[in-house]
Amino acid sequence: MTRNILLAGFGGQGILFAGKVMAYAGLIEEKEISWLPSYGPEMRGGTANCSVCISDDPIGSPLVLKPDILVAMNLPSYDKFINEAAPGATVVVDSTLVEKRTERTDINVFYVPATKLANENGLKGLANIICVGKLLKETGFASYDAVEAAIRKCVPAKKAAMVDFNLNALKLGMDN
Amino acid sequence: MAERFLMKGNEALAEAAIMAGCRHYFGYPITPQTEIAAYMAKRMPKIGGTFLQAESEIAAINMVLGAASAGVRVLTSSSSPGISLKTEGLSYIAGSDLPCVIIDVQRGGPGLGGIQPSQADYWQATRALGHGDYFAIVYAPNSVQEMVNVVFDAFDNADTYRVPVMILSDGMLGQMMEPVSFPEREAKVLDKPWAACGHKNERKHNIINSLYLQPQELEKTVVDRFKRYEIIKEKLASAENYLTEDADIVVVAYGASSRIVKSAVNAARAKGIKAGMIRPITLWPFPVNAIADAAKTAKRFLCVEMSMGQMIDDVRLALNGAAPVDFFGRTGGIIPSPAEVLEQIEKLAE
Amino acid sequence: MSIVFERPHALLDVTTNYCPGCTHGIIHKLVAQVIDELGCEGTTVGVAPVGCSVMAYNFFGCDMVQAPHGRAPAVATGLKRALPENVIFTYQGDGDLAAIGTAETVHAATRGENITIIFVNNAIYGMTGGQMAPTSLPGQVTQTTPYGRDTSTAGYPVRVCEMLSTLSGTAYAERVAVDTIPNIRKAKAAIRKAFDTQIAKKGFSIVEVLSTCPTNWGLTPDEALQWLRDNMMPYYPLGVYKDTTKEEK
Repeated sequence: MTRNILLAGFGGQGILFAGKVMAYAGLIEEKEISWLPSYGPEMRGGTANCSVCISDDPIGSPLVLKPDILVAMNLPSYDKFINEAAPGATVVVDSTLVEKRTERTDINVFYVPATKLANENGLKGLANIICVGKLLKETGFASYDAVEAAIRKCVPAKKAAMVDFNLNALKLGMDN
Repeated sequence: MAERFLMKGNEALAEAAIMAGCRHYFGYPITPQTEIAAYMAKRMPKIGGTFLQAESEIAAINMVLGAASAGVRVLTSSSSPGISLKTEGLSYIAGSDLPCVIIDVQRGGPGLGGIQPSQADYWQATRALGHGDYFAIVYAPNSVQEMVNVVFDAFDNADTYRVPVMILSDGMLGQMMEPVSFPEREAKVLDKPWAACGHKNERKHNIINSLYLQPQELEKTVVDRFKRYEIIKEKLASAENYLTEDADIVVVAYGASSRIVKSAVNAARAKGIKAGMIRPITLWPFPVNAIADAAKTAKRFLCVEMSMGQMIDDVRLALNGAAPVDFFGRTGGIIPSPAEVLEQIEKLAE
Repeated sequence: MSIVFERPHALLDVTTNYCPGCTHGIIHKLVAQVIDELGCEGTTVGVAPVGCSVMAYNFFGCDMVQAPHGRAPAVATGLKRALPENVIFTYQGDGDLAAIGTAETVHAATRGENITIIFVNNAIYGMTGGQMAPTSLPGQVTQTTPYGRDTSTAGYPVRVCEMLSTLSGTAYAERVAVDTIPNIRKAKAAIRKAFDTQIAKKGFSIVEVLSTCPTNWGLTPDEALQWLRDNMMPYYPLGVYKDTTKEEK
């Protein structure tokens, strides 16, 4: 089984970090994985996205064009990718920042007010992990333990205090 | 199983170079290879090595020339426009029979081009890495793990054959993260009696030089070097064959585009099309035999590159008319999609 | 019979390619004498440039590396970083150092790269047959300034010691000449001082040597020395431009 994941939003929303957490969870479960970021000037405030593949088999193309898991954290990303999602895809949209609703009925879309939830729960800047929590609940892309371990691995030592906030955000996402 | 790390291609290259015994890195910032320099800047001071940010790519490659002359393992990295600047020094390095490793994380061109992944520097790497009659060994890994493996080979073969070795990567492979484990492989230590490291009054002075004013003398050094190239061709040409045994259509692709092609070949197989792939791992020497052997059974060849078609020249030369070759490419920094490649395969299968 | 003078050991007993009357030979000898005095031939690596002294690798007895045009300071940097305990020097002409290699020179100096540059300034490109150099004087006739160097189109000569002495990484910069016996003695003392500076790990050192090119200047060796005194010395005053080894005392 191969999961082709695309995460997209503004630079600064932690898109690449969220992708890294998902990739690491796959690594911990001894899957084949790849993580491919967009790079360049658009990273500094423009749109950022990253492709993550988690698979039982060696990964061919690491570039995800037809995601079966999509996270859209801003309107430009939603507009760009919502119609690219593969039929049957699981999609998480940050509904604090995206007011639109898709007319597609062949995909499962979850509108989560991630940014609002983060701000209200003292988790400013962790809307990304709230989205990961939601995805975890809806797709089971990895075990909870693997994702928790991945967070511990991905939060840099200098910011160790952020681990608990990330774990809270993950749980918040799973409960919404 | 050895521990697997999640690392960017650029970072894995840098760490592998250190493990292969490289303690000297000279570079200059350019996207999308800068992680290599940043990684070296962080690691080298902690292990007693040299990281130096030069004033230009030209200076950096000449620092490489100096360090290689002293006999140490030395690395530089850049991306397409920066490699153009390094070609002067590379020609001198080749002409002086110096070993070194150069990483090219290709981006779109010509000119300042773009910063997205590209394979438009195949000709430069295999044909035109500076003036004069010479080659560099060129490795084209297609995964983060393979990058690590070829770094060891690159340093070992640079020292063994006293030639510059290039690792031809691109923005996609450099920026992507994949699991990687580092081999339990000792850095090969070769005696370098030719090095200019001070004769300690124990031998005649060593001269590192590429100047020969007598044409007969220059011809001899070039011819001798080409004899070494023949050994390199015989020993190092390498390719991966993927589902080629019964393939009617063989796609030839290297590096990033081979990842896309693999997906397309799998999709074609799922549709009952007998497709396969040959992936050159060394671009020079080009794996001529792998291509020629495939022509014994395959009916058609398709070359897929992130350029307007450069490696296709070598594919045609290898086939020598044995089978027709088609081309599909995207350029300017665009990565072709597996669907696009599949469409080409399907067309050929009709 | 006692020996009062002999060829320095670090200067090999080979025929050079220099023209009769050229002062490269004197400068080579001075460098080799200093290497002998310091007993460092076995630990020294020299870097030859592109230009008349391109084949210096055949003349010096220490290990030698031949660099691309202008890149000797970068090559020397690579050598020094790999061999921090060795003595590394470059031997460069004015076109090599102050035109095509300006960036390499300035940045080696500003890094405080612990190397020594012997800079031979004869105000002309010798090997290619007498074209304008970055140090050719205003009004100087060369193959590419047949009506004299016109500063309105060809700009002004570069004063290398003055320029490099503004950089914090430069430890020692002196301009000398080899036109008279007293000046030759001073030149040797300066080269010795530059090597000493490097051995003491004080940073970048450069000795600029005003030199002649009788062939391309179209003068006899004697006339050339007089031309150097009359024309070069006023524009390129001799002296110590920077010496941080003194400041530290």
